[in-house]
Amino acid sequence: MKSLADLEKIREEARRMTELREEKEQTKVIIGMGTCGIAAGARETMKAILEEINKRNLTGVTLTPTGCLGLCEQEPIVEVDIPGQPRIIYGKVTPEKARQIVAKHIVNNNIIGEWVIGRK
Amino acid sequence: MAIYRSHVLVCGGTPCLLKGARTIRDLFQQEIDRYQMTDEIRVVETGCLGPCDEGPVVIIYPEGVMYSRLQPADVPKIVENHLYKGRVVEELIYKEGKAGREQSGPPGVTLEGEKYLDRQKRVVLRNCGRINPDSIEEYIANHGYKALGKALTELRPEEVVQMVIDSKLQGRGGAGFPTGLKWSFTAKTQADRKYIVCNADEGEPGTFKDRLIMEGDPHSIIEGMAIAGYAVGAEEGIIYIRGEYQLSIERMARAIRQANQYGLLGKDIFGSGFNFQIQIRSGAGAYICGEETALLESLEGNRGEPRVKPPYPGVAGLWGKPTVVNNVETLANIAPIILNGPAWFRSIGTESCPGTKVFTMLGDINNQGLIEVPMGITLREIVYEIGGGIPGGKGFKMAQTGGTSGGCLPMEYLDLPMDYDTLAKAGSALGSGAMLIIDDTHCIVDVLKNFMRFFCHESCGKCTPCREGNPRLYEILTALSAGTATQAQIQLMKDLARTMQLTALCGLGQSAPNSLMTCLRFYADEIAEHLNGECPTGVCKSLATKSEAV
Ligand SMILES: Cc1cc2nc3c(=O)[nH]c(=O)nc-3n(C[C@H](O)[C@H](O)[C@H](O)COP(=O)(O)O)c2cc1C
Ligand code: SF4
Ligand code: FES
Repeated sequence: MKSLADLEKIREEARRMTELREEKEQTKVIIGMGTCGIAAGARETMKAILEEINKRNLTGVTLTPTGCLGLCEQEPIVEVDIPGQPRIIYGKVTPEKARQIVAKHIVNNNIIGEWVIGRK
Repeated sequence: MAIYRSHVLVCGGTPCLLKGARTIRDLFQQEIDRYQMTDEIRVVETGCLGPCDEGPVVIIYPEGVMYSRLQPADVPKIVENHLYKGRVVEELIYKEGKAGREQSGPPGVTLEGEKYLDRQKRVVLRNCGRINPDSIEEYIANHGYKALGKALTELRPEEVVQMVIDSKLQGRGGAGFPTGLKWSFTAKTQADRKYIVCNADEGEPGTFKDRLIMEGDPHSIIEGMAIAGYAVGAEEGIIYIRGEYQLSIERMARAIRQANQYGLLGKDIFGSGFNFQIQIRSGAGAYICGEETALLESLEGNRGEPRVKPPYPGVAGLWGKPTVVNNVETLANIAPIILNGPAWFRSIGTESCPGTKVFTMLGDINNQGLIEVPMGITLREIVYEIGGGIPGGKGFKMAQTGGTSGGCLPMEYLDLPMDYDTLAKAGSALGSGAMLIIDDTHCIVDVLKNFMRFFCHESCGKCTPCREGNPRLYEILTALSAGTATQAQIQLMKDLARTMQLTALCGLGQSAPNSLMTCLRFYADEIAEHLNGECPTGVCKSLATKSEAV
């Protein structure tokens, strides 16, 4: 350890590991994990999102499952909640679509209109 | 380093481990593997989360949901519902004082559980229960070692001392001596060698805060010691850890190894030319070895008996060299002070006594465990808000603050602000932060007898007032509980206590009569009743209870 800059480098890297435990506003990705969601492939969708987050080294994004959202025929359902913006709900999100949602919506802030089934 | 979507933090503090936290941790991992979520969810062992009495405790992020009193059978439920399906398992969520609340507590008061955490302010315990104590990277992620880097590369040693003086930090080991002032004595003394000693002996009954700080955040102590070393010109640090604290010793040792690997200990730290090494010594297993000069004797391989002061250790300590002796909690405050500045520190707590205090709450109270609160909080807030009140619908009788060497405070003092100065004025002490709550079924004489028995046992015998005084006090209390004491003996007790306070060689003998003195003052009636052959609570079996006597 030769300088504060060295320390900061380690910190940046290490912070990715613990960031999720911080109390601050983060972008939330919520995915319906009721029985219907799981049957429709929500697990695969979730894995794809997590892989994408990892691949792109994204920070400040949390990914959490939630119970059935009550729109069973639209499963898998993914909700993207970026602080200060309306929450966007996507339906029938396949793993491939999920990757694009990460790339376009979360990274570049472009909502993919044709897959949106609701806004809050 | 992969990103996970969820972290399961399993408390790895000793109280939780004793209740099977390791099994719970392993079961979580096993179930997570079974659901093929190994790459999604990370299980982390962490330091004390606070409600030790409710262990094993687990907290799940990013939601921050805390589960308590977990049984092995609960784990599959949490993994399936919470982690797999995203549904929080309501019935297992931590509610303050589960045991006590079932019998009492008005319905509809749902905020109670949050109060326990809301009233707290975490400076010392900033990382405790949030990071994996075995990972230096996680400590660094939360700004660890930045204060050391700042001190070494941007501040002169005198500036560091001045910052600690300006913060008005007082030692958290019991006596409350201003830390900056202590450092300045050692900094000013010229010597070829100086030492930083961390006092982690923690022999005070009912105190386990230092243990949980070391177990939960060992790097905060290393960082505090290294900063102290730079400030006063010491290159060697020693942590004197109570021998029974195996887990603390292990975690500290691992943390020291990691810090050495990263060059945060060793030679030329941060390229500043400053060198610092830390060794661990395991304590000799006597209460008196926590007294700083007895500790130094013990480190030198001698019998742990206090030295005559002056000279103080700051000037002539270990092997006669200038030595700073600081408590674990004191040292854990240093990095935040350097990083955020003295003004920030002074903004917490009271004007004369800034900062926070870590307490261990024990006895007749619903929420036992570890808490950190701003100085100046009242006893009432601690007992009734954070502590969740007295179990079983019983009444508050007294609180013993400052451990066995502290004093007792009755009901009338519930609104007293808790800080070093105020408690000293009330005849008690804040001490190391042990807080024993006693309900109204206990007898004062009986309680005092127990305290005095402790001092008879722990007195090292070096000086007469303490060696002889404690057994005599114990004898008189025994006579009181047997109904054979006389008014003259009460006076004798007061004289003896006074003599000990004034003439005993070290803090043990000087403070041994504190509880007795406060009780003679606040519970004079109850003591007088014992003289008349009555014990109002019926604890002293050879005496009549009041109702029988009437
Ligand atoms: C009998 C006795 C036992 C003590 N035990 C401890 C102890 O276990 N830990 C501790 O930090 N200080 C203990 N002290 C206080 C130390 O002597 C010393 O004041 C303290 O370590 C200084 O550190 P501080 O200024 O950071 O509080 C004890 C004092 C006495 C008289
Ligand atoms: S006061 Fe008690 S413990 Fe302290 S030196 Fe005297 S005999 Fe020993
Ligand atoms: S040790 Fe687990 S909560 Fe304190």
